Amino acid sequence: MTTLDGPTRPQLAPAPRVRRERHGVVFFIALAVCAMVLLPVVTLAGIALSGTGEAWPHLASTVLPRATLTTLHLLALVAVLTAVTGVACAWLVVAYEFPLRKTLAWALVLPLAVPPYLAAYAFAEFFLFTGPVQTLWRSLFGFQSARDYWFPDLRSTGGAALVMSCVLYPYVYLTARVVFIMQGRNIADVARTLGAKPSTVFRRILLPVSRPAIVAGVALVLMETLNDFGASEYLGVRTLTLSVFTTWLNRGSLEGAAQIAMLMLVLVFALLMAEQWARRRQRFHSARATHMKARPPRVQLKGWKGPAATLAVATPMLLGFGIPIYVFGTYALRRTHQFFDPALARAFVNSLTTALAAAVLAVVIALLLINAARVARSRTVTLATRFAMIGYALPGTIMALGLLFSLARFDNWLDAQMREWFDVSTGLLLTGSATAIVLACSIRFLALAEGAIRSGLEKLPPNIDEAARSLGRSSLQSAASVTIPLLWPAIFTAGVLVFVDTIKELSATILLRPFGFNTLATFIYENASRGMAQDGAVAALLVIVTALVPVVLLSGALMRDRDAMM
Amino acid sequence: MSFGNARAASSRLALAAIAAGIAYVPFAAQADEVVNIYSYRQPALIQPALDAFTAETGIRTEILFLDKGLEDRIAAEGTNSPADVILTVDIARLTTVKEKGVTQALEDETVNANLPAEYRDPEGHWFGITKRARVLYASKERVGDEPITYAELADPKWKGKICMRSGQHDYNLALFSAAISHWGAEKTEEWLTGLKNNLARKPDGGDRPQAKAIMAGECDIALGNTYYVGLMQTNEKDPEEKEWANAIKVVFPTFENGGSHVNVSGVALAKNAPNRDNAVKLIQFLSSPEAQQIQAEQSYEYPVQPGLEASPVVQAFGELNADTLSLAEIAANRKAASEMVDRVGLDDGPSS
Repeated sequence: MTTLDGPTRPQLAPAPRVRRERHGVVFFIALAVCAMVLLPVVTLAGIALSGTGEAWPHLASTVLPRATLTTLHLLALVAVLTAVTGVACAWLVVAYEFPLRKTLAWALVLPLAVPPYLAAYAFAEFFLFTGPVQTLWRSLFGFQSARDYWFPDLRSTGGAALVMSCVLYPYVYLTARVVFIMQGRNIADVARTLGAKPSTVFRRILLPVSRPAIVAGVALVLMETLNDFGASEYLGVRTLTLSVFTTWLNRGSLEGAAQIAMLMLVLVFALLMAEQWARRRQRFHSARATHMKARPPRVQLKGWKGPAATLAVATPMLLGFGIPIYVFGTYALRRTHQFFDPALARAFVNSLTTALAAAVLAVVIALLLINAARVARSRTVTLATRFAMIGYALPGTIMALGLLFSLARFDNWLDAQMREWFDVSTGLLLTGSATAIVLACSIRFLALAEGAIRSGLEKLPPNIDEAARSLGRSSLQSAASVTIPLLWPAIFTAGVLVFVDTIKELSATILLRPFGFNTLATFIYENASRGMAQDGAVAALLVIVTALVPVVLLSGALMRDRDAMM
Repeated sequence: MSFGNARAASSRLALAAIAAGIAYVPFAAQADEVVNIYSYRQPALIQPALDAFTAETGIRTEILFLDKGLEDRIAAEGTNSPADVILTVDIARLTTVKEKGVTQALEDETVNANLPAEYRDPEGHWFGITKRARVLYASKERVGDEPITYAELADPKWKGKICMRSGQHDYNLALFSAAISHWGAEKTEEWLTGLKNNLARKPDGGDRPQAKAIMAGECDIALGNTYYVGLMQTNEKDPEEKEWANAIKVVFPTFENGGSHVNVSGVALAKNAPNRDNAVKLIQFLSSPEAQQIQAEQSYEYPVQPGLEASPVVQAFGELNADTLSLAEIAANRKAASEMVDRVGLDDGPSS
């Protein structure tokens, strides 16, 4: 595109274009932020490169081929399960009328509040040999031992995929539902007026049109699956993430572990590219979608079909939310006194403040990066901002370790300088305080914030801020007076997603927390790793409930502001 | 909800978040006496001993629980690390903190007099304070009273009858490391393959769920640490754990020398300990008969100091005859054991 220099009024130019701000302040701030966000990954890459490769003969011959296959297998299963569940539920809820539809429409988002490691524990309690399901099964058929009958084993790649899918499908459900409500409305309406049945409209029109949005949702799910450690460890699924940990902790090779982590990033990069491609298509499709407000009536499902739809839509929600609530609720009822434990109250407050701070920081960073990419309109900047999201797919502990090394180095450097010049010690300024946790979580979950805000931005008419700027506003002014107010729903979504994931976050928090600092998640872990998950049940319930509030708010907002959201 | 409200609410939340951020200023140096502990062990397990320490000396304890990357964190913190004392379970963890260079040597007469030489580092970098045996939980109903050796776990007569937690867990790795020392790598790998083929299911969970699995009839014997049995037997909050414990008895398996595999929990003095004097006092205290007795009573571990008795609950398990193999040798085989577990595919369970 052309660059217009000097005080040329845009309206005088033949094709009104906004002046590039390649070297603007915003741009440099964005680059600095980008560098900060990439700090953990870069530090890890440094560690990986410093390694001698002595871990590799064993890794290459025994560990990696299997772990890679297991990981791909798990990712494929989770992708299919979440895509089918998320899309099917979204379509049923949007296009049909059946009993409890309204309730289920928002309740379907609830599993988002359950961290995968808690879901894995709850599913194991529920479905394994000693749980209520198999016990009932045995008493029905008079079986005595595990050798008498066959039952699908939860401790398998399939089992882990089931657990992960049950708590992660809401990402797909959320994106798919918004698209079904908004996108492709006009073409769908045209098809309908031509006499196409709803099922045909879904298959031939809506599915192809919404595919990019579904891919974007699935990409989030897969990144979460990739970074999971707790659930796959608990269910004994030997993923790449697990081999990162055995290499690091059991064979004492941090370098080898970092090398595997870098290998995983190749996988992530492919995911990001797929998502990028998907978003581009989405942008094209959504250009005119927001104009249509009238909505065709939902098709009433009659006879057995109504309850069947209710059951189909309720199942994933009951699995992903009902089972964890049942299992932890049972344990928590025996420990009601713990609700009044001051340590738990402190953990609760810490969780809230950390999550709030991380959400605000992540949103600010995301806005900066997105704005830089828009204003600069250079491929390099766009690529750099995309690359900044990569931390999301790294296992939390590993990512936090990268951050710890770089922050601690900074802390010690600053302390040495301050001692030398001013004779004061600043100690571990960042790593000695909860600041490190806030930084880690906002960097880690930046991809969520960035994704939500970017899709919100793509729903806006592309020329809206250019109009503001052609009226003489600077890019900052136009952002403050036009873009950000219009984007508020998307910003709210972004904040909620980061908030919820920070509440659930365990591995980075536990590595970075200062003395005496517990969040709800670390509180559970302190108790659970003794094999006493029951003692963490009250905190587990609190995690779920705390994450629930914003999730419900978000879901409600999505229902009412269909035209504006995401 | 309307977004106007959301917006106002969120701005208030944002302000609160910023205020919270400011409140997160690092702790100022405390004026009172304190000792900072970085711990691989859950605070609840050692709290009784720490409370006794505070009562006796007036020194407050601050504890940070971290079971992955503890030594990496101390190394990163460098000269400004607040860590005074490091507490760990498992001998390999103790030698790792020493190898990472985050400990300092301590020559202390009291400590050395309290702890036998085989349970401390010859160079004074770590000290074992309690020990636990890796034993078998066996079904009271389905397993007779005959002694079982570690070697027999690979005997096909146990096919489909053994349960265990992940082979990559510290406690199992230490046992396999001991086996490598006793039998050599080749024979141990054969044995591990036999053990894998005898498993009833894919290794999972912790040690306690193995007892639960035995009660439910999923398997007949399981590998587990001694103290879990005591904790389950006395669990008032979850009475079902008492049932699990009642379904099993403790069998002390042995190597050819007649000894059962023991591991230690231990303590080390951090390299840059800011409160070194207090740290030394804590280590002295933890090695004392009083603290050893508290640990024995509260967490059902064996005292390291000779002449001290285990809790009656633990004594009821039977006589422990600890393996005489040196802890250093066990720790040295850890990497080999971990690779062997991968090679054999122990964690894949029996079928493959």
